[in-house]
Amino acid sequence: MSDSHHEESFWRKYIFSTDHKVIGIQYGVTALLFLFFGFSLMMVMRWQLAFPDTAVPFVGGLIKWLADLNGFASDGNLPADLYNAFGAMHGTIMIFLGVVPLVVGAFGNYLVPLQIGAVDMAFPKLNMSSYWVYFIGGVIMFASFFLPGGAANSGWTSYPPLSDIATTGQTYWLLGMVFLITSSLLGSINIIVTIVQLRAPGLTWMRLPFFIWSQFVTSFLLVLAFPPLEAAGIFQLMDRVFHTSFFLPTGLVVGGEILNVSGGGSPLLWQHLFWFLAHPEVYVLILPGMGIIAEILTNNTRKPIWGYKSLVYSSAFLGFMSFLVWAHHMFLTGMGQGMSVFFQTTTMIISVPSVIILSCFMLSLWGGSIRFNTPMLFALGWIPMFGIGGLTGLPLGLSTPDIHLHDTYYVIGHFHYVVAPGTIFAIFAGIYYWFPKITGKMLNETMGKIHFYTSFIFMNGIFWPMFIQGLAGVSRRLADGGTSYAHAQDVLNWNAVMSYSAWLLALAQIPFIINLILTLKKEREANPDPNPWKATTIEWTDTTSPPLGHGNFEKVPTAHRGPYEYSVPGEDSDFTPQSQN
Amino acid sequence: MEIPYNVELREDTGLYNSKLGIWLFLASEVMLFGGLFSAYILLRTGAPVWPPIGEHGSITHLLTETIPHATFNTVILILSSVTMVMAWMSLRMKDLGKFKLYLGTTIVCAIIFLVVKYFEYSHKIHEGFVPSHDTYMALYFTLTGLHGVHILGGIVVLAYFFGPGLKMWDVEPQRFTNRIEIVGLYWHFVDLVWIFLFPTLYLLN
Repeated sequence: MSDSHHEESFWRKYIFSTDHKVIGIQYGVTALLFLFFGFSLMMVMRWQLAFPDTAVPFVGGLIKWLADLNGFASDGNLPADLYNAFGAMHGTIMIFLGVVPLVVGAFGNYLVPLQIGAVDMAFPKLNMSSYWVYFIGGVIMFASFFLPGGAANSGWTSYPPLSDIATTGQTYWLLGMVFLITSSLLGSINIIVTIVQLRAPGLTWMRLPFFIWSQFVTSFLLVLAFPPLEAAGIFQLMDRVFHTSFFLPTGLVVGGEILNVSGGGSPLLWQHLFWFLAHPEVYVLILPGMGIIAEILTNNTRKPIWGYKSLVYSSAFLGFMSFLVWAHHMFLTGMGQGMSVFFQTTTMIISVPSVIILSCFMLSLWGGSIRFNTPMLFALGWIPMFGIGGLTGLPLGLSTPDIHLHDTYYVIGHFHYVVAPGTIFAIFAGIYYWFPKITGKMLNETMGKIHFYTSFIFMNGIFWPMFIQGLAGVSRRLADGGTSYAHAQDVLNWNAVMSYSAWLLALAQIPFIINLILTLKKEREANPDPNPWKATTIEWTDTTSPPLGHGNFEKVPTAHRGPYEYSVPGEDSDFTPQSQN
Repeated sequence: MEIPYNVELREDTGLYNSKLGIWLFLASEVMLFGGLFSAYILLRTGAPVWPPIGEHGSITHLLTETIPHATFNTVILILSSVTMVMAWMSLRMKDLGKFKLYLGTTIVCAIIFLVVKYFEYSHKIHEGFVPSHDTYMALYFTLTGLHGVHILGGIVVLAYFFGPGLKMWDVEPQRFTNRIEIVGLYWHFVDLVWIFLFPTLYLLN
């Protein structure tokens, strides 16, 4: 295709590119920045929790400036109103602007076409627009911090009636969400069509790498679960802009007076619509992570993954079941015993495929000659961390223990183990693993190992004490971390431990950032090894590092076998590429 | 390299790319309107009377008056769905003149629908039945409003294919026919939503 090799302008090549690899990197860089921003919000909040109402060091001036702008009083400390806004935006940013764009937007975009031997995504222009719609959503969310009254402050769950009567930041939140939802929708349609239509010849369904399956199931969750939240968001916008009463019950008293609305609405309606998205969303966060871990585990144990078909069927079943468990977030709303029984039963059922997946991963280690490189360390660290996150969820899924644990720090500990180490370790593992493919340069192993061990310790330092505090009954979302509650006094000392761990976790990212910068600046070798990990899948064996521009492949590969043919008896090498005849 | 199956069908799936794409999009639309309808069910079952009585009383009498308009609109939309299929079939039979006739009729029907809707809206608002009057009115305006936005979006796309988009017919007739098939699928879906909205909002009160 010589005619398509004309010089592209800078804008077409790097900014408004339709190449899935460039878009993947755009997603990755933007989302990593948002991830860091969301983490920074939490670092400030952790100061308030450890040392309530004292001036925040280093950024106290900035906090005071922002508080003035929002109309709150501050002497460099974090006022409660700002704490609420930071908390709501931490959750929103981490999930919708950080992790999902990383695991689906960045990894999905970059790797899916390469792994299935496709020249690009099925709809390149749609792909570009989904990134830019995401970007606009991010800008709206970021801008809301500078409004009078500050950013959205009703929690990332935005429960009405509070959110219906909250400050303007909530309207921005809803608008931002509409953009983010649209972006996810376009992106996931693109991924599904790409996987169904553009698989290389011979790449049948049961020969797909597990990463592809995880992206496939995830995309279905996004297509089907996000629209009800969009509906809910539209209702809330109507409530806020046109003063309807979708979520406002009759006779609601605000500030001592009955609110002047028609009433007749239901706050529970929001919770149903919200959790109908937000529970599948958990699997959107974790499934692509599992996909990444599967690739790295099998590559570094040098043996086929244990139970490939079980993994595939489990993830599909997981995806299906995730639509039937949402109200286990609502046991304490008074929705009724029958509902609780149904949803705790489905919740117990959904834990089965998760355990199957985790078991398959652990059994894959059995008898392998394991290479302990940085991606593998993160993958091995992921297994117990996700295990803790999953198992601590069981008491929450049963309505009786949930009476005690609901809305305590135990919940925070549980879901952070799932989504913080659970997805972020997978993301780090994936970055270390695929970096040589993207750039043609290997990241430094020593710095990578320092990054892993320190992150592993401090992650646990942050989240483990949350179980202790939560079991003691300390509620989440308290701007003073429980100081004013008698029952919290015995466990308050853990606040400082968690806070120091959080700040040290930030320091632990420095070797990672230095590693990235130094490696990027390093001169690339003349002919970088396209397959440094000796992997079997198509993206390693049939492309150069970095892959060719538009088109990816010199010639379209053909798959002749399954994805994980490592150490096949009788073969010359310990890996047999999928595309090898 | 060109992206395969843009126009031609992939053998094992029997689809071209954008046909699968539009079905997935429609699946998400089903979930969107599913969310809206489930809100209707939840709010209605929780209300003591339906439609609720607000500041200006109940909307019931006004609704009975507007049933003929809404019925007319239903007929108009079904007609536009029929002409939409005819437009696609004309393309498949390489008859561009008929295609333009049928596509034009579809667009005109869609515009008539919105005009009738406009009079319905302004009549209700004039009588004081604004979205904040009660939960029925809130649902009525949100659901029909979103449906109206879908109609409007459809008009824009159809008008594009009637005007500048038609150029593709001379160069890639098969691809153009596919595009009309896809916009047709979307159009039928929008009509189908109305078929559900009409009894839900006008008749079942």
